[in-house]
Amino acid sequence: MHLPPRPGARPDRAGQAFARLLEARTGQRLAADRAWRVDTAIRPLLARMGLSHADELAARLTETRDTMLEERVVDALLNQETSFFRDAGVIEGAVEAVRLATAGRRPRIWSAACATGQEPLSLAMLFAEAGGPMPEITATDVSAGAIARARAGVYSQFEVQRGLPIRRLMRWFAGEGDRWTVATELTDAIAWYRHNLVADPMPGGGFDLILCRNVLFYLAPDLREQVLARLAKALRPDGLLLLGAGETVIGQSDLLVPSMRARGFYERVDRAAAASRRVYSRA
Amino acid sequence: MKTCLIVDDSKVIRKVARHILETLDFTVSEAVDGRDALTQCRASTPDVILLDWNMPVMSGIEFLRALGTEPLTHRPKVVFCTTENGMAHIRTAIEAGADEYVMKPFDRETLQSKLQIVGVA
Repeated sequence: MHLPPRPGARPDRAGQAFARLLEARTGQRLAADRAWRVDTAIRPLLARMGLSHADELAARLTETRDTMLEERVVDALLNQETSFFRDAGVIEGAVEAVRLATAGRRPRIWSAACATGQEPLSLAMLFAEAGGPMPEITATDVSAGAIARARAGVYSQFEVQRGLPIRRLMRWFAGEGDRWTVATELTDAIAWYRHNLVADPMPGGGFDLILCRNVLFYLAPDLREQVLARLAKALRPDGLLLLGAGETVIGQSDLLVPSMRARGFYERVDRAAAASRRVYSRA
Repeated sequence: MKTCLIVDDSKVIRKVARHILETLDFTVSEAVDGRDALTQCRASTPDVILLDWNMPVMSGIEFLRALGTEPLTHRPKVVFCTTENGMAHIRTAIEAGADEYVMKPFDRETLQSKLQIVGVA
């Protein structure tokens, strides 16, 4: 009998190989308390490939060096947990902060590590409902599969019942059976593409808001610092950064500080210093 | 603790929903159809009602319309919970006064999310 590994158990040899692949491709580490989940995460892929054990998949990876197969393994291991209006108050606060800061011009927003797209679509809904200029929204994820799903805008019945108020479902989705397709008005307003936060050049142009939630804690401390530095550079001087509820820049970056004008957000330290100089010069 | 009245003619659905709601710290009562639910609401109005559509005596939509004419102490939130998953049914329910809509099958996260949206969880 093959028993699933117990929580806290170290992954076996195949699991370790998959974890190394994940880190090499994305910089993401499997935390010790999540390592046991490799087996669960990889099981659907094994079933699709007709394999009975993770060791067979690990052996095939070693033998073939098939980059497409490596990508499928990495996709299976990535945590794609997300939902519409996740932390609704935070998302609404982000939209309000951007609208205030960019009155009269088109805001630029980057939803980094957007998984299957619910976060940027939630932003697009809020902006569309509020009227005014639709922001230029860039949405990226390291998983090509996740971005393809996001671009298609088709969600399951379970997915549209996580965080999405029914009136927004009525307004923005069309249903067919248990599949729900979001309006192209929203998906077309977003530039979707695959992007590796650790390795790829950052999108240019300067963003008014970057959302990078619940991904940094998967990175090793040195990589986290590098990514934060790159995010700081991708912000406009007066732009705002939003991280996940359990994430912070404190002790991780000298370039970003908690924002004094928008609670829960971070901003570039040079902007904060300039704002503070203005206050003192007025005094 | 918040109170929830589950209105469903299926004993299995009532049992599953009760289990989930109790883990979300609700005090739960049950009704087997719309008429039973209306009687219970007159005696003690819950904070939220989880309402099936198709029931033998009084349907969910009939109950919802009747509820609107009752002189209750407060207006409970109403969350439809039904296998009627088409947009026409959703629209009918919302226009009749439902606050939210759950399409069966549901799980704990779905119920919790919808109860948060209506402000009772």
